[in-house]
Amino acid sequence: MLSFLFRRLLTFLPTFFGVTVVSFAFIRLIPGDPILLLAGERGVSPERYKELSEQMGFDRPLWAQYLEYLGGLFQGDLGTSFVTKKPVVTEFFALFPATLELSICAILLAVALGIPAGVIAAVNRGKFFDQALMTTALIGYSMPIFWWALLLIIVFSSGLGWTPVSGRISLMYFFDTPTGFMLIDSLLSGQKGAFLSAVRHLILPTIVLATIPLAVIARQTRSAMLEVLGEDYVRTARAKGLAPLRVNGLHALRNAMIPVVTVIGLSVGTLLAGAILTETIFSWPGIGKWMVDSIFRRDYQVVQGGLLLIATIVMIVNLSVDVLYGFINPKIRKG
Amino acid sequence: MPLLEIRNLSVDFATASGRFRAVDGVDVTVEPGDLMAIVGESGSGKSVSMLALMGLLPWTATVTADKMEFDGQDLRSLSARAKRQIIGRDISMIFQEPMSSLNPCFTVGFQIKESLKLHTSLDRRQRQDRAVELLELVGIPDPAKRLNAFPHQLSGGMSQRAMIAIALACQPKLLIADEPTTALDVTIQAQILELLTGLQQTAGMAMILITHDMGVVAETVRRVSVQYAGQKVEEQPVEDLFDDPHHPYTAALLAALPERATGKHLPTIKGVVPGQFDRPQGCLFSPRCAFADERCRTIVPPRQPQALGQALCHYPLIDGVPQKSQEVTA
Repeated sequence: MLSFLFRRLLTFLPTFFGVTVVSFAFIRLIPGDPILLLAGERGVSPERYKELSEQMGFDRPLWAQYLEYLGGLFQGDLGTSFVTKKPVVTEFFALFPATLELSICAILLAVALGIPAGVIAAVNRGKFFDQALMTTALIGYSMPIFWWALLLIIVFSSGLGWTPVSGRISLMYFFDTPTGFMLIDSLLSGQKGAFLSAVRHLILPTIVLATIPLAVIARQTRSAMLEVLGEDYVRTARAKGLAPLRVNGLHALRNAMIPVVTVIGLSVGTLLAGAILTETIFSWPGIGKWMVDSIFRRDYQVVQGGLLLIATIVMIVNLSVDVLYGFINPKIRKG
Repeated sequence: MPLLEIRNLSVDFATASGRFRAVDGVDVTVEPGDLMAIVGESGSGKSVSMLALMGLLPWTATVTADKMEFDGQDLRSLSARAKRQIIGRDISMIFQEPMSSLNPCFTVGFQIKESLKLHTSLDRRQRQDRAVELLELVGIPDPAKRLNAFPHQLSGGMSQRAMIAIALACQPKLLIADEPTTALDVTIQAQILELLTGLQQTAGMAMILITHDMGVVAETVRRVSVQYAGQKVEEQPVEDLFDDPHHPYTAALLAALPERATGKHLPTIKGVVPGQFDRPQGCLFSPRCAFADERCRTIVPPRQPQALGQALCHYPLIDGVPQKSQEVTA
């Protein structure tokens, strides 16, 4: 197990370097000059431009800038934002809990609905429920996220007034956020109604962010279950006289979980990427919105550092999925 | 009273190209402690008829029977829940592929104890003891340790032994063994058969052995039912069947045994079991039968009396000679 982990961690290195190169090059390929953008409408004098350029190191060749960036990385320094003058890492970890909270809620919703839906669809293959569910899943999967989000806002926020339009909590409430997770902090604050407000703010973004993973998980669970339901050991389980719930929900599902866990792991990457759109629409102060704002400001250090941190998280999630395989199916543990 | 009595069992499958009758009017009678075999080629419906009894067929299958009684209970009228209390406790089944019949995600112990938990009132401790006892019974060395083994850590023979342990967990009255040795090495085959017949005798349970191997039949069972294309074509005690088969199909099967071959070439039965689209009009075996005539090809054959092995044939064999004289009575 340990040697497996070590070997997997080694494969991180080339991926990690790849991400540094791509993130470094990508933001510089976009037209636009961070200094001009920073200066805004008033513009900047040529002397001041040259001064700022030297200060930020833009006057040096690209490879030198890249090496300097790498050098910083090895010392755990992801750089400093041009705009806020704060270290990228500090900003990231200040905003990350908001994204994490939203992503966790979304993935929980997607798993809690998607797996049972897929199992029921597979067991009732070809019947009405199966077809209705798979059609819904296909629609959910094909729906443009921003449009879906706007639709929900129009109906539930503007129309029915059930949910707030944006933000993480009502402005009425003000308290310290030691964990950064609004659900926890609102409970800790002890203010009446704060927790409920946080929940109400979470509902729509969670639904929007969960839509695609939910559709993918439901479809994947269904097809994995269909494959497994024909297996001999499922027949053995039925021959024991076990109830259908136990046969399908334990004997079959446990075996079908490998591909499902894979798509859940991959969904985490999609969630962080999907969070960019969702957070922007709902003004959710997480890393998604932070990344979009930084791209618009051509805040090179933030974009580079943010991408790298997100990529690292995705890699860690994928590693965890690989480790999880062995727990689900012991046959894989040996490999 | 027989332990199991099935009359006129038929199983139809709904396929994309229409209905397919896999089992066609089969009768099965098993007395308590009986040891019988159902023999036939692949596609003769022998597994399907037993899976129908167990309720293990997919939803595309329609099962009909005039009578289906086990231990005095009418299985046809039982609710699914009530039937599940019999299945796995009083009737259990082992399958052809032991390696894939055990769930790879759970330990052998879990899979044995699961049955015990469902069907008996044993507590945790007693279930553990019973599981060890069962593994010992089926000849698995170091049983306490093997309970924690996963199926992929067992060989094919060991897996089948574990399957037998699961099947025997609740001391069933009837064990159905569906080609239990087909997927195993020849040396292991004999061991497993010996184990099964030994257990059958000591436990006093009835056993139905499904097989296509006449050699296995000869040395294991007491009574043989021969199936062809979903129909029972003959049933006799094993010695009588080997001495004097009454249905030409049985005779041909026996002639195809290597140890009975006399000439240079091994006799074979030409052709294959008819499928969905090439079902003959009269006797289903007529296209492959050495004795078939026009009557066989056009008229459905009658069921002969007990003395002639209930052969489903116009001209049952006696000492290898077809009894054409019966034609007069028609």
